[in-house]
Amino acid sequence: MVAAPSPPRLLLSGDCAITVEFAKTIDDAANQRVLALDRALAEAPVEGVAETVPTYRSLLVHYDPLRIEFEALGAELLARAQQPPSPIETARHWRIPVTYGGENGIDLEDVANALNTTPDDIVARHVAGHYHVAMIGFSPGWSYLSGLEKFLTMPRRTNPRLTTPPGTISIGGIQTGIQCVAAPSGWHLLGRTAVRTYQLHRDPIFLLKPGDRVTFVAVDAKTFVEQDRAAEAGAIVAELVGQ
Amino acid sequence: MTKLIVAAIGPASSVQDGGRHGAQRYGLTTSGAMDRLALAAANTLVGNAPFAASIEIGPFGAAFTAKDGPVRVALSGASRSADIAGQQLAMDSSMTIADGETLSLGFAKGGAFSYLAIEGGIAGEQTFGSLAVNARAGLGSPYPRPLQAGDEFHTKPPNGDDERRIERPPIAPGPIRVVLGPQDDEFSDDAIALFLDSEWKISPTSDRMGYRLDGPVIKHLHGHNIVSDGTVDGSIQVPGNGAPIVLMPDRGTTGGYPKISTVISADLGRLAQTPAGTGFRFKAVSIKEAQDEAKNFAKLLRSLPDRLRAIDKIELNIDALHSANVAGSAVSAMDVNTWNVPAGALMRD
Repeated sequence: MVAAPSPPRLLLSGDCAITVEFAKTIDDAANQRVLALDRALAEAPVEGVAETVPTYRSLLVHYDPLRIEFEALGAELLARAQQPPSPIETARHWRIPVTYGGENGIDLEDVANALNTTPDDIVARHVAGHYHVAMIGFSPGWSYLSGLEKFLTMPRRTNPRLTTPPGTISIGGIQTGIQCVAAPSGWHLLGRTAVRTYQLHRDPIFLLKPGDRVTFVAVDAKTFVEQDRAAEAGAIVAELVGQ
Repeated sequence: MTKLIVAAIGPASSVQDGGRHGAQRYGLTTSGAMDRLALAAANTLVGNAPFAASIEIGPFGAAFTAKDGPVRVALSGASRSADIAGQQLAMDSSMTIADGETLSLGFAKGGAFSYLAIEGGIAGEQTFGSLAVNARAGLGSPYPRPLQAGDEFHTKPPNGDDERRIERPPIAPGPIRVVLGPQDDEFSDDAIALFLDSEWKISPTSDRMGYRLDGPVIKHLHGHNIVSDGTVDGSIQVPGNGAPIVLMPDRGTTGGYPKISTVISADLGRLAQTPAGTGFRFKAVSIKEAQDEAKNFAKLLRSLPDRLRAIDKIELNIDALHSANVAGSAVSAMDVNTWNVPAGALMRD
């Protein structure tokens, strides 16, 4: 018999939200528990819960205190977090084209120098990775991926950039990410993708979901420009390689 | 078709409503009015649903012209002078702008945001159930950006010619109440005491994403990096420099700084209307008290229709005179040069 997982901590995020914290660090097992609780709440909604925000290590549950109070919701969330997770639907697998280096990835050379290797080696390692979407947050469609090879771990920049381009593929700490809209960032910019993880007037508006699998494929700068044009017109560009 | 045309407008003015809910899991924040009670009061005055879209006007002046017919509007929120063709008008009342006339609004006094509701509401295309402007995401309708001179709103003819005023519910002054957490354990008891016992001022470098606070430096126990987790309206995060930032409706949906406490929902509008440079304090309350206050606030919102009063010309003039006298002691709420701060300065990741 497997021991029950340790209960998460319930943290107060004001009077309209509870943070259900499974870990303090980036931890795949904790992320799986976050996504399992998120799924459980989607499958059998709790009266008064408005929306949920899964992150690496916690689930933020927004609720209406006029319909359910902290004590009752907290008890319900703890009970659900202790239940065995429902079977995971097979995660979708997206292949995302990236043009690395040059003007599209201005930090690639610096990253290679800092890690005592070549830009080609950095690209080969980044493309070889099998990632999954741990969370989407901060700005629309910004997808945080777990599964970065330890070798590519880099502390964030001391001076964050006030803006970085749409479609930026970057690394920061033990994470890699796909950014959608122009946004400030302290991560290291390796390349860009034409894939819009968020695009209004496209179905779906948001391409990726937490739990999806992601791999990258390197394309040249010319292909990026062509794909960018197609994506602007509504093409998804990313390839769905498996359900 | 009748229109309301933006003749002049300052920065930090945009269409806002009750917010865009349900897509925070995709990184799309709620946006929505900074002061929901004022939004609801303005809408109630012209018969709209309380959280219908209206024009959120930042600290600076603005002017609106009716074209091809009269337009009824209502003004609530931060107090400011209002006149149509030289006739002074009171806050918290409806008013009809005749065809070709212009409603001129002065600077905000003792607050930051006012709400101009248009009878019949604002026509536009909703995304995730909202017209609210979120400039970073390119969302909002009819304009997915802050308002500019020349923008137009299609309007409906006024229903009758009775103007109304609303008795704004009394908002108790006093400290801004917070619930400690979610990361209060990232701070020592002394740091929490310093946070609760100090006087704070809202920095002029604040915006719809976050209000930066000027005051003592709040030190972390274990450094300022945590693994990003979710944020709410009113989250008070403490970045590396120790100067807290209260996250407002255009916040990032997740953030990687420890959050010492959260402003209770009932007090968020009051904080949003606290002028830069005015001293205020925080007070920690229990989750029970915070949720009781949320219920009281909901009751107050529901009471707005009962607070409507008919006004006639004489009463209007008395109110207007009073308003004009108040205008004599006007102080600008915030400095124009500070309202386009790069958002990156507020956030990390």
